[in-house]
Order: sequence, then structure tokens, then C-alpha cells
Amino acid sequence: MSNPTDPRQLLGADPHTGNRKIDPVTGYDTTGHDWGGITELNTAFPKVVIWALVLTFLYSVIAWILLPAWPTGRDYTRGLLGLNQGEEAVSDFRDLSEVRQDWLSRFEGENFVALQSDATLMATAMPAAARLFADNCAACHGTNGQGGPGFPVLSDETWLWGDDTEEIATTIRHGINTEDPDTRYAEMPAFDWMERSDRLALAEFVSEMPGGAVDFESSVGTVFAENCSSCHGSTGAGGLEIGAPSLTDEAVIYGQNPGTVMQTLRRGRHGVMPAWNGRLSEAEINLLALYVARLGQPAGGGQ
Amino acid sequence: MTETLSISERRIGVVLSVLLALMGLVMAAAARHGVMSTHGFMALGLGIGLAFLLAGALYDPEPPTDRLRRYYDAPTRFGIVMTLIWAIIGMGIGVWVAALLYWPDATPPWPATSFGRLRPVHTTGIIFGFGGNALIATSFHVLQRTSRARLADSVSPWVVLIGYNLFCAWAVTGYLMGSTQSKEYAEAEWYADLWLVVIWVTYFALYIRTLARRNEPHIYVANWYYLAFILVVAMLHIVNNLALPVRWTAAESFPVWSGVQDAMVQWWYGHNAVAFFLTAGFLGMLYYFLPVRSGRPIWSYRLSIVSFWGITFFYIWVGSHHLHYTALPYWAQTLGMTFSVMLLVPSWASAGNAIATLNGAWHKVRDDATLRFMFVAAVFYGLSTFEGSFLAIRPVNSLSHYTDWTVGHVHSGTLGWVAMIVFGAIYTLVPQLNGKTEMASLRAVEWHFWLAVTGTLVYVVSMWNAGITQGLMWRAYDENGALSYSFVQSVEAMAPYYLLRTIGGGLFLTGAAVCAWNCRATMRGAAGHAADRPLVAQPAE
Repeated sequence: MSNPTDPRQLLGADPHTGNRKIDPVTGYDTTGHDWGGITELNTAFPKVVIWALVLTFLYSVIAWILLPAWPTGRDYTRGLLGLNQGEEAVSDFRDLSEVRQDWLSRFEGENFVALQSDATLMATAMPAAARLFADNCAACHGTNGQGGPGFPVLSDETWLWGDDTEEIATTIRHGINTEDPDTRYAEMPAFDWMERSDRLALAEFVSEMPGGAVDFESSVGTVFAENCSSCHGSTGAGGLEIGAPSLTDEAVIYGQNPGTVMQTLRRGRHGVMPAWNGRLSEAEINLLALYVARLGQPAGGGQ
Repeated sequence: MTETLSISERRIGVVLSVLLALMGLVMAAAARHGVMSTHGFMALGLGIGLAFLLAGALYDPEPPTDRLRRYYDAPTRFGIVMTLIWAIIGMGIGVWVAALLYWPDATPPWPATSFGRLRPVHTTGIIFGFGGNALIATSFHVLQRTSRARLADSVSPWVVLIGYNLFCAWAVTGYLMGSTQSKEYAEAEWYADLWLVVIWVTYFALYIRTLARRNEPHIYVANWYYLAFILVVAMLHIVNNLALPVRWTAAESFPVWSGVQDAMVQWWYGHNAVAFFLTAGFLGMLYYFLPVRSGRPIWSYRLSIVSFWGITFFYIWVGSHHLHYTALPYWAQTLGMTFSVMLLVPSWASAGNAIATLNGAWHKVRDDATLRFMFVAAVFYGLSTFEGSFLAIRPVNSLSHYTDWTVGHVHSGTLGWVAMIVFGAIYTLVPQLNGKTEMASLRAVEWHFWLAVTGTLVYVVSMWNAGITQGLMWRAYDENGALSYSFVQSVEAMAPYYLLRTIGGGLFLTGAAVCAWNCRATMRGAAGHAADRPLVAQPAE
């Protein structure tokens, strides 16, 4: 078939005319193809590309030999290094944990007084606690524990279950209104059955309690005594440590203007604090409890 | 549109439009409410509108018979208009969501405008709306010119373009209504996916039929790339979107894949969407418009062929590099990593071939902003493919994964490479198809070029910084073995980069708006057809 004397069959010759165009810039001839003015140079295949292919292929072969690489039916080639990413992850995690274990393990017990009096330990632990707080608590309670709409302030001195570090640790561990068997319960029932006029009067009454200018002998005072005092105390000062807040200190989570109190009366409140048991270690929970307790101290704790 | 169709073609068009309207009616009636019903009404409205448009022109005179001796450019013109519309929508939403990351409080209170629903509107609007329309429009042009033949028929290009844009509109409106199958770049629900299959098969058939009529002995390499784009995207789309609808009358569905298999299929799709949608098709564009605009021969024929096969062979393996350090077996990660490294060679060979093609035309690169767009595209193609292979290496990925470095990498490819080559192609095509020699305003092209380059650099550099900062902050431990930073500190550290990113995106969007205005001004004073013609069959010697 091939006829070497036929110019149309030479490499790069136009199959119809046998012409070969030489490109004046590069000195190469063209392949002879012409697509509406587009031509291609008959440039020799660049050696560097072959070398690059060889090099990257060598890299791949080495990787295939050393690492798990090719599937072989139900199994795969394990690689000479015998690496297993699951084991690697676990051992890396273990190495990291060991570095902090020598100080973190001291938080496994609950002797908070002793822990807190160890200044060196606190200097090591509190920065770590601050990050732990920022990663786990700040989304609801604010970066500095300043609270948020519907979420309690942790940086004041008002506590529903008291300011003991043990109590704070219990709240973190088991949560409030969670499915944890040892959860704390705190439920403000709905008073939607109550006459609206009574609720309005009560809301007005409660909103004025922080100012102290309320008359418990009035008719609405009687409504308060009959419906609210069993949890909030006869003067509304709370302090029963059953999750019912004091109504006299302006520290109510949901706010204390007549509008929000009306909302609270009509629908009740059933806020949830998640249980961190299982997600955080015992030591981490105690560490956080200490950090949170210090947030509430006037001198300021962790940060 | 109608004046380029013969009366019998208009009749076919009326029938197809009525069928589309009927399909929409059935969808709307069967679903009764919800996303699918809204989408049914959209199809119904489009079908009725098209039926009126075509039926109203049914008795207009036949187009001149010499049209068959010309290339059929009306669909390309329409596709370019859609490209520009989607560019403004997609980039506009992109800048808006970028701004939301800096000013999250500015999020409006409606579900439809939440970040999570707007983000896929940006990605789909850009990849499928802007990129897809540009690919289809230019593929019709390149296919005809390099085959020296008119499109095989005049109806199916319109079916492809209008049907494809209906898919895009369904997709983005669905996301706004909260409808998604939660697969990256494949969020559209099952009926939209099926519709796209029909459109895509029509597209493939049209391409092959036209190619079969070519008056050139060889198939130009641009067509190889476009064909790879059409064929492989069909394969990826079908496999990744295999899903079982919850009901035939509702939008929701379950994918047939589950667990790590689903993740692997998704990223096999996802990465090859990058490979065959955002790379192969646009390389086809580059291989045509770069030599045309520079007037230079392709530097190496051999290199273009080897690169083509290298890219198609290596790319299909690399999707697993999106799943490093996950539940995906280690061996699949190793394969993804090594093939990604080998992929660099044909990628750089293509970029090098493009840049070497400009030898002898550097004075044009200096003077002509349109050619400069293509040159910058080739440079960014080289940069992003290097970055891609680098990020695919497992230990590098452990730093970069889940950070904004990935976002920066994607945008170095999409802004620097894909959008730049599209703008280069548009500035070459729009004057030509409207019988002019140049765009209405060359100064505007120059402005667009510098806005686009500045915007891209600001965006990409800020995201590199952002991503590396995040990666380093997340893995930093202090001497006591505790994390050095909380997550929210790494978020706060992003503020300056997110602001810069918004500014970079805003510059790029401004450039695109200038381009749209310039194209409108050029098209408005259209002086006629493209001057070039197909080869008319020669009698045998």
C-alpha cells in the first residue's frame, strides 16, 4: 500500500496535495491538516514530557509498593510499610492524649478546693479549659459566658442550683431536662388555664419585683402566693435550688418585662442543657466546671 | 429563532412545545403541590410560550435557501446570551453569599435566602448555567467550523439549549424551595436529572451526526475534547444520580448508593465534573479559539493527542482524593493520590502546548485583551492543575482538607481558567457572529480583563491565606497537649480574608457585567452573519 515516492503519503504532507507548509516562526513544518485556517506544527514530541511521565509513574510505583494500593478481589495489596489508617489515627490520638494526661488526670477526682489552690496546675489547665469552653459551651452561653437570648449568663453570681463547683459539674455531666437518667429537671409550667386578666396582672406584678415595689397583700399578690411561691419562694427570691429562679434579681434567663413574662405564663418554659457525659471525659467535665465556677467569681476566672 | 427555521421545522417545533406544555401540565397536576408542581407549571408556561412564538410565525415566509450553505449560528448566539445571563446570576449570588460569610447578620429572615439554599444556586448557576451554556454554544460553533459542515438539523440545537436551560432553572429554583438530593454539584432531584439525560442524548446525537457530515478528513482535537465532555458527563450524571423516588408525584428521592459507596460514587462524579465539564470541554474551547485568535498553528500536534488521552485516562481515577482520611479504604485513597500526581503531566503538557502556540504572537498578547484572556486562562490552568495534584497528596491534604484552601483552589480554576477562556471565546465570537470585526468597545474589554485578573488574584490569594491559616490553627497543640485554638478563634481569624474574597469576587462580577453590556451593544447593531462558510461538497476529480 505504502508508496514512498508519493509526496501525499509522506509524514506531514497534505493527503490531497502533498504540500508541507513550513512555519516561519518555529521552522517546523505543519502536519498538513487544515481546519478552517487552524493548522498544527509537526513538532517532535518533547522529551521532557516523557521524563515527567516516567518520573511520576516511578513515584506511583513506589507508593504502590509501600502503601495499601491495589484491590485483589476480596483483599488488597497491603504495602511494605503495613500501614493501617485506623490504627494510625488511634495511635496518634493516644500520643496526643498522653502529653496532657499527666495534668489532666488530676481532674478525674472531684477535690475542687485542692485543685484550685494549686496555682501551677491552674496555669496549665485554665487556657485548655478556655478552649474547651469555646468549642463546647460558647455557642449557647457566649464566648465569655455572657449568655444569649434564652441561654443563661454564666459570668454573673446568679445560679439556679447554687455556685458549688460540684453542682456545676453535675449540671454539665447530666444536663437539664435531658434523657440522662440523672438529669436535672426544671420546668416552668404553662398557666394558660388562668384568666388572661389575672395573667396580665401577674405579669405586671412579676416585672416589678426586681424593683421591690410590690404588695404581696394585694389581690394579685394572692394570685402569686397561690400559684408561684411554692417554687419561687414566698417573696419570689428563689433560692430553693430546684431550678426555679429568683424573680427579684433581674437575672431571669428569658427576661422579665411584662411581654416575656406573659409568654412564659402562657406557654411555660422547658429549656434544655445537654448532658456532656460520654461526649467529654470525667476530667474534662470537672475542668470545665472549675472554669465555669471561676467565670462567675467577681475577680474573674479563666480568661 | 423562528426566522431561521423552515416552515416544516416550525411545525415540529410547535409539536415539541405542546408536548413540553403537556408534560408540565401532567407534572403539575399529578404532584398537586410542592416543588414538582411548581416545576410543572414552569415547563407548562415555557411550552405554551414557545408554542405561541412558533405558531405565530408558522405562516411567515420560508428562510432563504442559501442558509443551508452557511453555518447555523443562531443557537450559538442564543447560548452566548444565556451564558451572560447566568454569569450575572451565578456570580451575583456568589458575591452575595461571600458577603454573608463576612456579615452573617445580614442574612434575610426567609428560608429561601438562607446561605445553605443560596450556595448551590451559585455553584449550579456558574457550573451549569454559565459554564454549560458557554460549552454548548461554543461547541456548536467549533464543531461546524472544524468540520466545515452545517449542524445536522435546525431543531435539535434549540431542543438542547432550551431544554438545558429549563434544567438549570428547575435546579436553582428547587434549591430555593428547599429541594435537594444533597449531592455536591448534583443537587437537582430525580425528574430534573431524567430530563437532563434526554437533553444530553439529543446533544450527543446532534454532535455525532454533524461530525459524520464533516468535509475534513480528520477530526480536530477540540472536537475530541467536546465529545469526551458530552460522553463522560452523561456517564457520570446517570450513575451518580441513580435514585428511587419516594413517590412518582413528588420531588423527594433516595439515592441507590449508601454509605462510603455513595461517597465514592459522589466524588467520582464530583471530580470528573471538574475534569470533563470544567476541563475537557474548556480545553476544546482553548484548542479552537487560541489558534484562531493568535493566528498561530497549534505548537505540537503530537502533544495535543497524547495530552488528550492522558487527561481522559488519568482523570477518571482520581476522585478518591476527595476522601483522604475517611472511611474510604486506604488503598482507594492511594490510587487516587498517585493517579492525581501522574495527571499533572498531561495537564501541564496541554497548558504548555497552549502557551508555546503563542510563540510568534506575543505582540498580539500584549495588544489584544481578548487573546490575553486566553493566555491568562492557560496560565491559570497550569497553576490550578499543579495545585490540584499537590493537594491530592495525602499528607498535604491533611492540612488543606475542609479549609478555604479548597475554595481558593476551585476558584483559581473556575475564575482564572474556565471563566477567562469563556470570555476570550465570547469576545472572539460575538463580533464575528454579528458580522463585525470587533466588539463595540475595546476599552471595555481591556477594563474587563484587568478587573477579572485583579479579582481572581485577590480572591485566590486571600483564600490561600485563609485556608492555610485554618489548617494550621486546627492542628496546633500547645506544650501541655491541649488545642492551641478553639474553632471559633479560627472563624474569627477568617474575617479579613472573607472581606477580601468578597471584594475580589465583586471585581470579577463587575467585569462580567461590563462584558454583558459590551456584548449587548455589539449584538444590538448586528450587521449580519458570520462571513465564513462550510465547504460545499466538491465533485469527484
